[in-house]
Amino acid sequence: MLRLYEGIIEAFRLILAFDPALLEIVLLSLRVSVIAIFISTLLGVPLGTLLGLKPEKRTRLINKIIFTFMGMPPVVAGLIIYLILSRQGPLGVLGLLYTPSAMIIAQVFLATPIVTGLTMVGIRAKGSEIEELARSLGAGSALAAWTVVKESRIAILGAIITGFSRVVAEVGAVMIVGGNIAGRTRVMTTAIVLETRKGNFELAIGLGIILLLVSFIINSILYNIQRGGKAN
Amino acid sequence: MLIELIGINKKYDKEVLKVDKLVLKEGLVYGIIGPSGAGKSTLLRIINLLTPPSSGTYYFMGRSLPANGKERLQLQRNMALVFQNTLLFRDSVWNNVAYGLKARGYGRIEIEQRVDALLEQVGLKDLAARRADTLSGGEAQRIAIARAVAFEPKLLLLDEPTANLDPGNIELIEKMIKTLNSTKSITVVMVTHNVFQARRIAHEVIFIHEGNIVEAGPAEQIFTDPKDPRTRDFVEGRMIY
Repeated sequence: MLRLYEGIIEAFRLILAFDPALLEIVLLSLRVSVIAIFISTLLGVPLGTLLGLKPEKRTRLINKIIFTFMGMPPVVAGLIIYLILSRQGPLGVLGLLYTPSAMIIAQVFLATPIVTGLTMVGIRAKGSEIEELARSLGAGSALAAWTVVKESRIAILGAIITGFSRVVAEVGAVMIVGGNIAGRTRVMTTAIVLETRKGNFELAIGLGIILLLVSFIINSILYNIQRGGKAN
Repeated sequence: MLIELIGINKKYDKEVLKVDKLVLKEGLVYGIIGPSGAGKSTLLRIINLLTPPSSGTYYFMGRSLPANGKERLQLQRNMALVFQNTLLFRDSVWNNVAYGLKARGYGRIEIEQRVDALLEQVGLKDLAARRADTLSGGEAQRIAIARAVAFEPKLLLLDEPTANLDPGNIELIEKMIKTLNSTKSITVVMVTHNVFQARRIAHEVIFIHEGNIVEAGPAEQIFTDPKDPRTRDFVEGRMIY
């Protein structure tokens, strides 16, 4: 309990000290996770919308695959991306291993099925009805699809929040493909693992609290956007 | 004539609709009556091109249905359908009414004029900025109809437009339908389970039973002198379903 208390003190000390090393870790964590969720949103929302508008019996196999990938262990995702990006791998020539780009790719791999799957479920609830309504009012295919997305924004933002929560807290995949290199690929979660291994529990707890705080701020912003779509 | 359906049928696991011939003339109000599951809504959806028929020929103002998606959309834009379950967009009342106009690429000033005028007509101008999902059932249905007629379609399709509404709102909606038909010459096809409503509003009545058009004709004749015993049983409230 004392360590937890000391950890909270340490968290405040780190925040107030504006420690440049800590700031770098926080910013890299945010950069990697925000870019990853942005790409996942670009991929997952259209795909989830497309699948959500199709009759369920026609997408059963794809549904099962997406739901399986939603629960993929991060270390397995990390291992797959590692093998693809390693020197002998198909994309080895790009030299992305142990770079933030590799970490983004791994997080996209983890978040996209979540964004896709939850968007699909959200769209399926009322998407066909909205699409028909839009079409009956003269909307073409593109406007009808956009209307479905707009009308399902609460569910879609929920999918994005869940995807972001998954990647910002993720450690296994980024550790494998990023390597936790100080000043290059060290993010909050991998720093916490490192400090715990070194026995610096107060610092690890402090970093954990900052991670939660950052996650709280980002999720609050997304939540407020989501609330904006609800009735007053 | 506005619409002509010849040999149209719709099959899912079994045949749910079979129309040998149906002609809808311009400027009239049609009431489609029949028991639940008779195929009334399916017919409405086929007319609105939301559900493709399994077979048959469809003519709109003498033109057969184009295969080209863009031309089909242009044809579909002559019609509007108000669904049984009132569904308004999660947006302001004003934006809901403006939707079809925006979809058709109307200019901002024309959209403003039309939407404001319509909201005035349906008595909901004060609610223009309100979120549509906060409206009462009657208000929501009036907005759904206003949204459907904002772009002045040639054909307005209504699927049970007054189901679940109180008598006051039913009267308002019926008045709206009559006014739209008489002042803007919009042809109306209304599905209703309420034979009294069909009698109050419709010029022509189509009675559907088990997927077939049993009888169609002037409302007065259908209600006072039906030719088919099933029609008589239905309009006199004796049909058990």
